[in-house]
Amino acid sequence: MDATIESTTTLAPDQVASSEDAPPRLWLGGLGAGIAWLAAALVVEFWPNFDDWAYTTELASAAGALGGGLLFASVAGRRLPGIDRLRSLAPWLVALALLLTSWEIFTAKLNLLPRPFFAPPQAFLEVYFEDWRRLGECVIRSLLLLAPGFFIGAALGFASGVALGWSRIAGYWGHPILRLIGPLPAIAWLPIAFFAFPSSWSASVFLIALASGIPVAILTWSGVAGVNSAFYDIARTLGASQRFLVLKVAVPAAMPHVFVGLFMGLASSFSVLVVAEMMGVKAGLGWYLQWAQGWAAYGNMYAALLVMAVMCSGLVTLLFKIRDRLLAWQKGLLRW
Amino acid sequence: MVSAAARRLDAPDNAEGMRLDFLGVNHAFALEDRPLPVLEQIRFNVEPGEFVALLGPSGCGKSTLLRLVAGLEPPTQGQILEDGRPITGPDPSRVVVFQDPTLFPWRTVRDNVALGPEAQGLLKSHRTRIDDALALVGLSGFAKAYPHQLSGGMAQRVALARALVNDPRLLILDEPLGKLDSLTRISMQGELVELWQRSGFTTLLVTHDIEEALFMATRVIVFSERPARVKADIPIDRPYPRHRGDPKLVELRRHLLELLGLAQTW
Ligand SMILES: Nc1ncnc2c1ncn2[C@@H]1O[C@H](COP(=O)(O)OP(=O)(O)O)[C@@H](O)[C@H]1O
Ligand SMILES: [Mg+2]
Repeated sequence: MDATIESTTTLAPDQVASSEDAPPRLWLGGLGAGIAWLAAALVVEFWPNFDDWAYTTELASAAGALGGGLLFASVAGRRLPGIDRLRSLAPWLVALALLLTSWEIFTAKLNLLPRPFFAPPQAFLEVYFEDWRRLGECVIRSLLLLAPGFFIGAALGFASGVALGWSRIAGYWGHPILRLIGPLPAIAWLPIAFFAFPSSWSASVFLIALASGIPVAILTWSGVAGVNSAFYDIARTLGASQRFLVLKVAVPAAMPHVFVGLFMGLASSFSVLVVAEMMGVKAGLGWYLQWAQGWAAYGNMYAALLVMAVMCSGLVTLLFKIRDRLLAWQKGLLRW
Repeated sequence: MVSAAARRLDAPDNAEGMRLDFLGVNHAFALEDRPLPVLEQIRFNVEPGEFVALLGPSGCGKSTLLRLVAGLEPPTQGQILEDGRPITGPDPSRVVVFQDPTLFPWRTVRDNVALGPEAQGLLKSHRTRIDDALALVGLSGFAKAYPHQLSGGMAQRVALARALVNDPRLLILDEPLGKLDSLTRISMQGELVELWQRSGFTTLLVTHDIEEALFMATRVIVFSERPARVKADIPIDRPYPRHRGDPKLVELRRHLLELLGLAQTW
């Protein structure tokens, strides 16, 4: 059996040669970004505002601090930990500085854009400084609504998807129901839900569970139904029970599909969350948005939108991280 | 390369190979409009410890016959006996290695090999067996690798280890080397023969490679076009290790080509 030795040595585990380039003295991108942010700080601070705007100096200080930090990093170079990850961000940092500067000039400095709708950057700061308590509470309330809804929906959707894909009886009864109900937007149930459930919170949890559960069920089902039957043959000849076939063959093989369903479910649960908060639950970011609009507080609205974007994006990122960990065996995963 | 680990696997609880009796097996698949007969009156015996190669035209029903022996499907008519008892379902004493290694991509190499013990609830007691099986196919260093990191030959070795770890009494091989490059194929033919000689299990090998059958088997059974019938049953009475240039084998090769209707290519 000489060939065994041969083939093990030809495909030895990767030996990644780390490139030992001499560290560059100066991080040019960081230098440019630092200068751009310092320039933004100067514009904000020393170009007089058209009108009174609070938090102008704070905005200038924040931009200046960022610019100073970048300048320091560009000179200190390699010695800073994590600098390599920052390196590729330089173009974005420059672009953001330019965006902030022009936004500031068009709003606060020249007042060229219609006033209540276009708030200057310092209006964001004002909201975060003065209304952070309420915004924070809204984030928590939104998460406390989203999390139970999403988890219940994902769990039930997963379980029914496995049942539909595995059991002939479940498929027979479940398929027509899912075909009828599945395409219906979860929001359409909103009037009934608010009427049928004891509280608007439980009604919203139901709607979010529905919105996230249906794509998870459909994708899990198709994942389980599409498992290569050779996997079952192998497992059966090795002595697998029905239980083993479901839990150790069908489910792991369907996992990539399940995650597609989870992403779709998460996205639709966001929209149900916002609508439910606007329509019934008088709390959360959706409610905050509507409240701000009622008071024509556009600064608050934009600030809340930004918070919501960060929250949703953060949750999607979290789901991607979980998937990358669980599906490390897959090649060529989409990076988020 | 008979390592200590390999020897440990050789000392099975039931050193005897399995005896098989095919008692007039018929099998047909139900197509939309009519049945498709695939096996017709298959009748032969396999003695314990024999290495029987099955040859036949592509699509004649060889894989189907192996699926019946594995217990994955019941025959439409007739019976297959293992040591005198009818085969009613799959069992880890009869393991299959297919042309595609079909490793579970979400399991590491070691966890793939551990599949049988895990399914039978023997994971704890079989820990060293699993490591021995990996060592036997020369892949101990890849225990933690995932299947997509392996070459075709390595993946097929893992599939072999996954089968052997169950201490089978019948090894069913369905063109196991069919997709490998010719160098890997030749070296694995030698390894398989060695393994079979050491372990004493009965082996059924489907192959489309006449030389492979002649190099490895104690007996070749030739099937007709679909529906498959036994066309010839030829013992290969040559000692191991065999040599591919052995004039007796060359003669048998010509005979087999004739039986398969390819005499003019020789
Ligand atoms: N599950 C199935 N359903 C219907 N027909 C099948 C099935 N499996 C195999 N067949 C048909 O049976 C015949 C024999 O197939 P197979 O046993 O795979 O042949 P081979 O001798 O090449 O291994 C082929 O014509 C194939 O199309
Ligand atoms: Mg075949």
